[in-house]
Order: sequence, then C-alpha cells, then structure tokens
Amino acid sequence: MDRVLLGHGSGGRLMHELIRLSFAPSFGLHGLGDAAVLAEEDGGRLALTTDSYVVSPLFFPGGDIGELAVNGTVNDLAMAGARPLYLTAGFIIEEGFPLEDLARVVDSMARAAEAAGVRVVAGDTKVVERGKGDGLYVNTAGVGRVPPGVRLSPARIRAGDGILVSGPLGRHGVAVMAERTGLAFEPAVLSDTAPLAGLADALLSAGGEGVRIMRDPTRGGLATTLKEFALESALAMRVEEALLPVPPGVRGACELLGLDPFYVANEGILVAVVAPDVSEYVLEAVRGHPLGAEAVLAGRVLEEPGEMVLLATRAGGSRLMDMLEGEQLPRIC
Amino acid sequence: MGTGGGDARTGELSRAIAGLARRTGPVRLMEVCGTHTVAIFRHGIRSLLPEGITLLSGPGCPVCVTALKDVDTAVAASLAPGVVLATFGDMMRVPGSRSSLYEARAEGADVRVVYSPMEALRMAEENPRLTVVFFATGFETTSPLVAATLGEAEKRGVENFLVHPVHKLVPPALRALLEAGEAAVDGFILPGHVSAVIGSRPYGFIPGDYGVPAVVTGFEAADILEGILMLLADMLSEGPLRVGVQYTRAVREEGNPRAVAFIEECFEPEDAHWRGIGTIPRSGLGLREALRHRDARTVLSLSVPDAPEPRGCACGEVLRGLKVPSDCPLFGKACTPRRPVGPCMVSSEGSCAAYYRYGGLVARG
Repeated sequence: MDRVLLGHGSGGRLMHELIRLSFAPSFGLHGLGDAAVLAEEDGGRLALTTDSYVVSPLFFPGGDIGELAVNGTVNDLAMAGARPLYLTAGFIIEEGFPLEDLARVVDSMARAAEAAGVRVVAGDTKVVERGKGDGLYVNTAGVGRVPPGVRLSPARIRAGDGILVSGPLGRHGVAVMAERTGLAFEPAVLSDTAPLAGLADALLSAGGEGVRIMRDPTRGGLATTLKEFALESALAMRVEEALLPVPPGVRGACELLGLDPFYVANEGILVAVVAPDVSEYVLEAVRGHPLGAEAVLAGRVLEEPGEMVLLATRAGGSRLMDMLEGEQLPRIC
Repeated sequence: MGTGGGDARTGELSRAIAGLARRTGPVRLMEVCGTHTVAIFRHGIRSLLPEGITLLSGPGCPVCVTALKDVDTAVAASLAPGVVLATFGDMMRVPGSRSSLYEARAEGADVRVVYSPMEALRMAEENPRLTVVFFATGFETTSPLVAATLGEAEKRGVENFLVHPVHKLVPPALRALLEAGEAAVDGFILPGHVSAVIGSRPYGFIPGDYGVPAVVTGFEAADILEGILMLLADMLSEGPLRVGVQYTRAVREEGNPRAVAFIEECFEPEDAHWRGIGTIPRSGLGLREALRHRDARTVLSLSVPDAPEPRGCACGEVLRGLKVPSDCPLFGKACTPRRPVGPCMVSSEGSCAAYYRYGGLVARG
C-alpha cells in the first residue's frame, strides 16, 4: 500500500526518498540542502528557505514552537553560509486554541528574532476546524545574504579534513520526549534550541575557504547528517565515540528508552567539515563563542570506505552509522 | 583527535578472552536478548573478539517473536469502531499478513504509541466513550507493568480498558531450543533486564540438564565482554556448572519477588506461538479467570484466520541460531528496515535490523 507514513517526515531515509521521488523530478530540484542559494544579477547571492513546525508538545523544557520556528529557519540560512535578514511567519491554528498560548508563542518568536538579528516582515493566518489541527502549526520562511568568498558544498570535502561538532548531542529530542512521555530524566535535559548565525559567522571568519560545509543535525541527528556528507562527497566519515559530547541526562534517557543519541534531534548545534590546516583555528573560534564552548574535533574524513560513516566505539571496536530509518521508536524492554 | 584505542578495561577483557579462546577452540555463543544484540553492534563488540567466537542472536526480541496472527488480531482491533489501539513504539512496523499497525493508522485506524501501559489506562479514563485496547507484548520485563496496570484498572473501575496479551517467557523458549539441539550453542549470554525480574534461578536447567554454561550479563561493553570471558572460563573449568551472574548490580538469584507476584496475580502460563519457531508449551501468559473480562480477543470477538509466514524469510532460523541474517536470501534486498518482510528486520532490537544498520561483520578490526 502506498500512502504517506509518519516516517516520511522524520528527517531520515524515508524523507529523502519522498523528496527524491515525489518532489525533486517535478520541481527540477538537484541538491537536497535546507536553503537554496540564488545568484543575483549584480554578483551577490541570496539564500532562501522555508520550514514548517509541527512539534508536540508546543511547550517543552528549554523552549517552545515559536522559538523553534524562528531559530530553525535562521539556522537553515546560517548553514548555507548566509547572514539571515528577513522572515515570514504563517500560522495554522485549530479552532479553540487558547489566545493566551498563542500570545506566548508569538512573544517567544519576537524575542528569538531579536536575538538572531532578523525581522519578521510578512505573515499569514489560517484557522482550521476543531480536530483538524494539532493546536498550532507554524511555518517560517527566511531570506539571507551570502557574503562574497563563502563557498560551501559537499563537493569540496577532501580526505584528511576534520569533522567539528559544536556542542552536546541529543538535547532537543530528549527534552521533547521527556515532556511527551511524562518521564522525568535525571539530570533534567533542556532543549538546545538557539540561533546559530553568530556561531556560523565566527566559524567562517576563522576558517575562510577552509570551511567545506556546515549543517545543523536536526531530525535524524548526527548520524544522518554525517551519512549525508558521506553520500554527497563519496568519501568516508570516521568519528570517535569517546570524543562526541553526550550529556549524562541524554545518555540516561536514551538508555531507558532504547534510543541511540547519535540519531536524536538537535536544534542548537552544527557539524562542520574543515580543512586540516585551519581546523585548530576554527575549533578555537567556535569554542570562544557562547554556543560552542563544548565544541570538539570528533573525527576526520577518509578516502575509504566511500559513502560510509564509521564510529570508533568507546570500547575500542568499530561500527557503521547509517541514516535514520523512519522514526526512532522507544523499545519494549 | 583521540587515539581510538578504546578504554583500558575493555582492552584488558578482550585480551583475556583471546587468551582463553585459544584453549577452548571455536565456540558459538548465543545472546538471548535483543537489547544485547543491539548493544553488541553499538559498541562494536564483534570487532573486539577473536575469530573463533561466533555470536548468535536468540529468540529474545519480543517484537520478533510476536506471532503473525497476534499482529493481525491487533490490526483487526485497531480497525474496530470506537477502539483505540495503544502499543509500544516498536510494534508499529511489524508486518502482519495484510498490514502493519503503522499502515493501519495511515488507513484511518486509531493507533497510538504509548511509553507505558499506565499511559493507555489514563487514555481510557480520559475517553470514556472509546474502548482502549493495550497490545501487551514483551517478556518478563514488561509483564509486571501490565499486571500492575490491570490491577489499577480493576481498582479504579475503568471498564473501557482491555488488553490483547501476548506476553512470552524466556526460560521455556531456551529449553525448547536446547531440546531441539539444532543450534549447537556452547554458551548463553542471558538477558539482564528479564533476569532482574525473575532472578538467575529459573535458568538452572541450562547447565543442570544440558551441561551448557550460561551467564546473566549487563549491557555495557565491559559487561558483555566480561560475560563472554566468564563463559569461556566455565567451559575450561572442571568444577560443577552454575548460572553465572556478571550483572550483580541489578540481578539477584531470587529476582524481584514483588514483580514476580504481580505477574502471578494476573497471569497464568499458557501455550504460546512464537513467530518463526512454533508453539512452545507454557511459554506465554494468559489472563487469569478473574480478569478475562479484559481480554480484547473475547470482548471484541476478534478472530482472524491463520496466515502463512512470508515466503523466503529466514527469521525463524535466525531466531533459533541456525542462520545469521546475511544467510537469508531476502536480507538487504527484498527485506530492508524500510520495507521489512520479517520481524527481525522490523524491530530496532532485531538481529537483521542490527546487521543492516550497523554493518554486520564489515567492521572487524
């Protein structure tokens, strides 16, 4: 039976397939990046992106859907190397949704926009009948400008490049899951939702052309992002488990629910591939930024085995990492 | 960059294992539990073992052993008017003979993922006009929770809460496997979580009746390696064999008497069908007489026809330790985690899914 399944929206392999088979041919899309970089006639370049937010619950430890909707779009622009400028905001609201909650979300969006240095300049509101929405859905679209000299592309990844991870893994996904399940994890985990434009700027200033590519590992987590790099560059990514920062609360929650922290969503970190001669400067610059204090060089790019991601385990073994297949679902026992 | 050498303890254990393995010769060890299978792959344990040690996955993935007919029954329940089917996440994608619960939901069935049976009970209380059916799967780790929830439902008089119980017991399955004798297992890595509930005593027949060493093991890399080392040491020892406990921080010989009492209050052993294996006497848990009014199968008159297992699928042999996933002709071709044919590819704890996701034997060295 061919119908859309929930897993088609999970950010993993199913979603890639949906885009490749159902959207890309009709729209003539080539890359699968979150933002498009468009050349202007005067030689400048604009980046354009859109994203819809359907998170449940709307309010979670460390953030809410409004903050997420602004930061997510800001981050999609920032990962394309752009300085975010303007956003639009679309709201699909279910009949009966409390105005007080709407005000909380909108205030939170305004604060997030101010913190990220972008302006919300246009919007849209639709109300759907009770039962036909999940309270509130938010769509944001954003436009930014790519500074001259920034050239980010997986085609520029080379064997020997370093793999930089800017902060602790798995916080957003675990915070949302904690709220959804009603399980209190010790220590408590807050979402890492944050605008990454400033951090990306610091990284690009330090690394210049030595920065090959950046991406924020949202749904599908670190593993899916590294697998994308591997597939798009036809090279291998090798990272070390012992170097990858996983906070104790995330580790505990993942053990309890049978999840792999490397597949859990993040909303406030980035993964970058950087040339070996600049990797130390870049690391230093990222660590100097408040959002990158725990940044690490977690591994490097290898020639072989192409298109694979290898994890050197803490135990001294090694294994492969692949894309998330459908959703990560908590296990039975 | 780090050195990639792993930690000192695991290094020490793998060297000790290599030392003993030279004396035992080639051995086949079965990890019974699906969580162990995943942990073995996740930690890259296979790449730390000498070549003579073969690890086989056993029948301890609850998703994998849930019978086709039981999945079909759950799908039928989900399609009944006014019914919400609540289940643990990893049951969603298991293919029935017609569809999975995941696909039933896309067709309009009301199927909801819950994280505990208590959540399903709460759902019933909040929706008095609906009937909530909890698809109760799993081994001795989950059955006490379901028993406690049934107790609560009785106490609070929640009449619209039913269960479709397909719980299974680990020790009878191991006995059946040993009795069949076909897998030639030289040692068992026994499940830590199940044993935290039932203790180590119920496995006494493994060394006692069959002379095979068995060790209850935790889930960290060092736990599993230490468990393997204990098994090899037992094989070389002259003394009497007993069930070893590596996971002493969670497992006592007598288990958790309160949890066991919960199970016994609600359930009684009954014959159960294990997917890919067949019917094993007294290896399942049925509701006791006093709770039969909560059995969805009878209350909702759910009766589905028997259906054949998918053709070519080797899940049964994999679960019995006769084949590894890559021996199956469908593996990675007709059967992938996206379009699984058999249950071992569906469950995140299934052997086939672990081989597919973590690369099987590729990552040695």
